[in-house]
Amino acid sequence: MSDIFPKWTNRLPLMMITGALLGGTGVTAGVWYYCTNKYANVGYMPVQPVAFSHAIHADQLGMDCRYCHNAVEKSWYSNIPTSTLCMNCHNQVLKDDPKLALVRESAQSGEPIHWVQIHKVPDYVFFNHSVHVNRGLSCVECHGQVNKMDEVHQAKSLNMTFCLDCHRDPAAHLRPLDKITDLDWQPKSEESQRADGAKFMHDWKVESLQNCSTCHR
Amino acid sequence: MRYLLLIFALAVVVVMVVGGRRGDLSRRPPIELFADMDRQPKLRPQAPNDFFGDGRSSRLGVAGTVARGDHYQDLPINTGHMPGVTNVVESIPAEIKVDEALMNRGQQRFNINCSPCHGAQGDGNGITKRIGAMGVVADLHDPRIVKMTDGELFGIITNGKGLMGAYGPNVPVEDRWAIVAYLRALQLSRLGTLDDVPAPFRAQLKK
Ligand code: HEC
Ligand code: HEC
Ligand code: HEC
Ligand code: HEC
Ligand code: HEC
Ligand code: HEC
Repeated sequence: MSDIFPKWTNRLPLMMITGALLGGTGVTAGVWYYCTNKYANVGYMPVQPVAFSHAIHADQLGMDCRYCHNAVEKSWYSNIPTSTLCMNCHNQVLKDDPKLALVRESAQSGEPIHWVQIHKVPDYVFFNHSVHVNRGLSCVECHGQVNKMDEVHQAKSLNMTFCLDCHRDPAAHLRPLDKITDLDWQPKSEESQRADGAKFMHDWKVESLQNCSTCHR
Repeated sequence: MRYLLLIFALAVVVVMVVGGRRGDLSRRPPIELFADMDRQPKLRPQAPNDFFGDGRSSRLGVAGTVARGDHYQDLPINTGHMPGVTNVVESIPAEIKVDEALMNRGQQRFNINCSPCHGAQGDGNGITKRIGAMGVVADLHDPRIVKMTDGELFGIITNGKGLMGAYGPNVPVEDRWAIVAYLRALQLSRLGTLDDVPAPFRAQLKK
């Protein structure tokens, strides 16, 4: 009989258990770490058709986000500007630069530039820019320091926890309405943020919206 | 047993090397395993769409039609000139109430839309001029421009002029009048004479 089952098979049950444990732990850890927005979406930085830099335009030139994303206060959708808007400046600035060839062409023909969309929540999520922006929430809360990025990448996970963390406690994030597009703004101290936040909550009648139907309707 | 552990360690290392860390910059779009509910066949603004010939989901207006809420009527408030003719209106139409709220709005909108070129003071020394990227920018305190009527300024913002692009598509009608009102205040701030200062304060200023 001993010929059929060689000696090492005695350790087979142990190996199977260890293997299953290791494998199970490994797969669980892998899914936990990799199969979330924090891994899959954060850091997504597609190659854009034009090497447009927010660091140059928003930070160095000090342009307000709303010069270009002018619908952000009025609509759920924050528009990407048309190339005619770029040409307001670039008909004089870098007039013949090859980096802007596509912009000039597009402004002439009316064919839009095919910018690659970066931030995307699933379509079953109801999102609205104007509610947030008009209630004292800065772009930086959800997009990170775009004004320091040469190429925009997704900085926050935008998953459900991310949204809910703030919806449970908006006071920690509210800021004066004229500082919405000032991404470098910092509250003076944690206490002042608490005090101001509570005041804004009261003055603007901000609610803490946690019902599923807020975002899934 | 040794091989088992070795294989496991190898697998972990391979996954970590291939996978990288959270937050690493990546050129590849995120993988969506079951995208059917995530990406529904509905129109999103500014997204490509094959249904239409020009491939755009955001439709341009059909020629000869007017969208709801459009300011299409040939009225001074919408155009800055008298109906039917090109005579510009003298002052801000009565429908626009010039009050503190409008001035504040105007200041904010001026700083957003005009200051990159004309500067926060309106003196034509915006950032684009200062760094030498832009050659021609008008000084809005120029007597010629100060003498323009409100309607003419409104028209310039709406349709652009010379090297300046049109801001009609980006700035709503009310905001354009607010900008005109604020621009007037800016210009006034440089036109003041000593006589405008109340008598008790004049001596202080002289010093
Ligand atoms: C000069 C015009 C301009 C200004 C000013 C500007 N943007 Fe943008 N923005 C763009 C253009 C064009 C794109 C699309 C190309 C890209 O993604 O880089 C864009 C893309 C973005 C995106 C990514 C959109 C997506 O696809 O998910 C975000 C977020 C954004 N901008 C935020 C901001 C913020 C915040 C500010 C103010 C600090 C700002 N922008 C100022 C022109 C501008
Ligand atoms: C307020 C005026 C203004 C507007 C509006 C504007 N730009 Fe610019 N842009 C500039 C200036 C100033 C520079 C820097 C020029 C220099 O480097 O000398 C610049 C530089 C650039 C460059 C070259 C960057 C590099 O790496 O050198 C690109 C590309 C560009 N802009 C694209 C755009 C696009 C696309 C838009 C429209 C969404 C736009 N710009 C709108 C003023 C503007
Ligand atoms: C409460 C979080 C939040 C704030 C605050 C916020 N955004 Fe967004 N933004 C998002 C989300 C989520 C998306 C993706 C929306 C989608 O999938 O349509 C997005 C998308 C965008 C886009 C791409 C176009 C679109 O609407 O899908 C731009 C451009 C943008 N944001 C600019 C801005 C600017 C500029 C500000 C500040 C004035 C701002 N955002 C403030 C969460 C936010
Ligand atoms: C930094 C804080 C913050 C973050 C992050 C945030 N929200 Fe909000 N949200 C608010 C506040 C504040 C309100 C306003 C509540 C009110 O109306 O009083 C709000 C309101 C809303 C509303 C209500 C709109 C309406 O029509 O009443 C929706 C929907 C919403 N948020 C969705 C989202 C989603 C989806 C995300 C994640 C992508 C998100 N929010 C992330 C703070 C936040
Ligand atoms: C503040 C907004 C908000 C609220 C409130 C909210 N959700 Fe969500 N939910 C989201 C967002 C954003 C996502 C998408 C996350 C992602 O990108 O994977 C989501 C995703 C989901 C998903 C799909 C998860 C997946 O990965 O497939 C389910 C299920 C869900 N939500 C259920 C609920 C339920 C149940 C409630 C009420 C207890 C609720 N949500 C309340 C924002 C919200
Ligand atoms: C992209 C840069 C830019 C922006 C932004 C801009 N302008 Fe101008 N503007 C110009 C230039 C360049 C001229 C000079 C045009 C010429 O002489 O060909 C000009 C000229 C003018 C003139 C004088 C026209 C004349 O008859 O000489 C007025 C008035 C004016 N701008 C008002 C505004 C107002 C109000 C805004 C804000 C809504 C604004 N501009 C935003 C670049 C700009």
